[in-house]
Amino acid sequence: MAAAHAAAAAKAGPVAGGDGAGRRAPRGRVAAVLGRHPVGLLLAAPYAVFVAAVFAYPLGFAVWMSFHDYFFAAPGAVVDRPFVGLDNYRAVLTDPQVRQAFGNIGVFLVINVPLTAGLALLLAVALNRVVRARTFLRVAFYVPYVTASVAVVGVWLFLFNSDGLVNRVLGPLAPDPSWLVNEGLAMPVIAVFVAWKQLGFFILLYLAALQNVPKELYESAAVDGASAWARFRSVTVPAVRPATALVVILATITGANLFTEPYLLTGGGGPNGSSASPVLVMYQRGIQQGQPDVAAAIGVLLVIGVLVVSAINRRLLERD
Amino acid sequence: MPRTPAKPTTGGRLATALRAVALFGGALVFLFPFYYMFVGSLQAEPDTSPAGAFPTSGLTLDNYRDINARVDLLGSLVNSGIFTGGVIACTVVFGILAGYALARLRFRGRGTLFALVLLVQVIPFQLLLIPLYVLIVRGYGLADSYLGMILPFAINTTAVFVFRQFFLQLPDELFAAARVDGAGELRVLWSVALPLVRPALLTVVLLTFIGPWNEFLWPFLVTKQADMQPLAVSLANYISNVAARAANPYGAVLAGACVLAAPAVGLFLAFQKHFVSTDIGSGVKG
Repeated sequence: MAAAHAAAAAKAGPVAGGDGAGRRAPRGRVAAVLGRHPVGLLLAAPYAVFVAAVFAYPLGFAVWMSFHDYFFAAPGAVVDRPFVGLDNYRAVLTDPQVRQAFGNIGVFLVINVPLTAGLALLLAVALNRVVRARTFLRVAFYVPYVTASVAVVGVWLFLFNSDGLVNRVLGPLAPDPSWLVNEGLAMPVIAVFVAWKQLGFFILLYLAALQNVPKELYESAAVDGASAWARFRSVTVPAVRPATALVVILATITGANLFTEPYLLTGGGGPNGSSASPVLVMYQRGIQQGQPDVAAAIGVLLVIGVLVVSAINRRLLERD
Repeated sequence: MPRTPAKPTTGGRLATALRAVALFGGALVFLFPFYYMFVGSLQAEPDTSPAGAFPTSGLTLDNYRDINARVDLLGSLVNSGIFTGGVIACTVVFGILAGYALARLRFRGRGTLFALVLLVQVIPFQLLLIPLYVLIVRGYGLADSYLGMILPFAINTTAVFVFRQFFLQLPDELFAAARVDGAGELRVLWSVALPLVRPALLTVVLLTFIGPWNEFLWPFLVTKQADMQPLAVSLANYISNVAARAANPYGAVLAGACVLAAPAVGLFLAFQKHFVSTDIGSGVKG
């Protein structure tokens, strides 16, 4: 979840101006090698070490593992881990469960991403114009985002249970088999759940973007007699396009990281694997079945998939 | 050309009404599960009829006693607290140092490090899951330890970014004056920058808190001993083990969910002013 914040902030890029570096004269050779404030190296060192140890090294390790026959060995044991080329990738791509999981995430994204982006934008626009009860509304939409998935999954299980409130209200319209045990509905329910859970964060992103839309655009559109819907389509939507690109990428990453919901909401990706996600299969293969090399290959494929989707999305949404 | 102020037309009023309906209807949809969670945690028998959502009697705390008998609530909360507290402490201390260095000091490698700050934030954690598990659990033997839980989250990169932004926007004169007085860079950080850092600190603590407190997958992989598990993990294990067997586990699950949700929701409600779009959404500007 924090990753979403992170990526949002990441998009900001270097901020112009305000370079606060000191004004003292360079101190000869030390300054030439280490920079004007060598103490900066010391201050930044813990973070640099952290990034190297927790991101850079494991990242390389994951790629390395995916090309080798890697298995868990007793600590300290020296074992041979031969290079196997693309064997792990071949194993992954021919595994019906992995293919099903990637297909499932496709279903998830097709439902979740448009739903998230569309609802978040509409609600942000509405929220932006509202004067009264603004805080209450903002809090209401944001609360699911700050709550643990595990906690809200508990109540969704209760709501969407075959004898739950949702089916009681629907009466004869209730699906059979019920939501979470229905092969066709399990993944869509998860997609809606995640949209509901994350929406508050994306509303916030859109609210920030809306502050930067020049008011004059709306005024001139209003003078031209454009209806509210026309103003929304021809002024708001194009103006927040960079935000939309960000929302789509972040929602895609959230979807690619899906684990807790299929693990708990549908009892481990059920029914019949119809809601299994790639990360869930990664966990099953890598840790439960002791094939970390295959799991690493799934991870690499997943990231390549996310990058491809992001690149396509950038081209579509950021072209002028 | 004099522009006539837009009169509130019927269309305008209709739009306002529609907007209010959509917003409050949406808010209801968003809040109802929380209300239902709380009500369900207080009902002796789950009543899934529509009327059951608005009980008038028979509320009890038995479910809390029940979940506490199966999951050591206090112990799990302490584990969650240590996990979250450790992450916040590391993030604040090292995040301030790194953020300050990135914002106000010139040293070799600063540009590279800042590029890393941006890059790290888009690496999906799940790709790192398997290698981190191999390294931390198998390699360093940190299974069932707080250190093993904390390590991958120790310094929240978003926090480094927030601190950097904060130090960047402090006026240069503040620092120049201290430097003229002959203060060293560490002294400047300690006596000029740190006393001002409070607002950024609150934002960072809030956004760092919800990460580890709500995190499930990593502590789930690292902890197999029940007495080391944070509440999110022990509750999830209860859900996945019991939901299949017990006829009526919901009251207890919902009680546990309330206990897990309460600290994060409470903190957010208390400090929601600091959780504004300008802090978090700074990314979409420009």
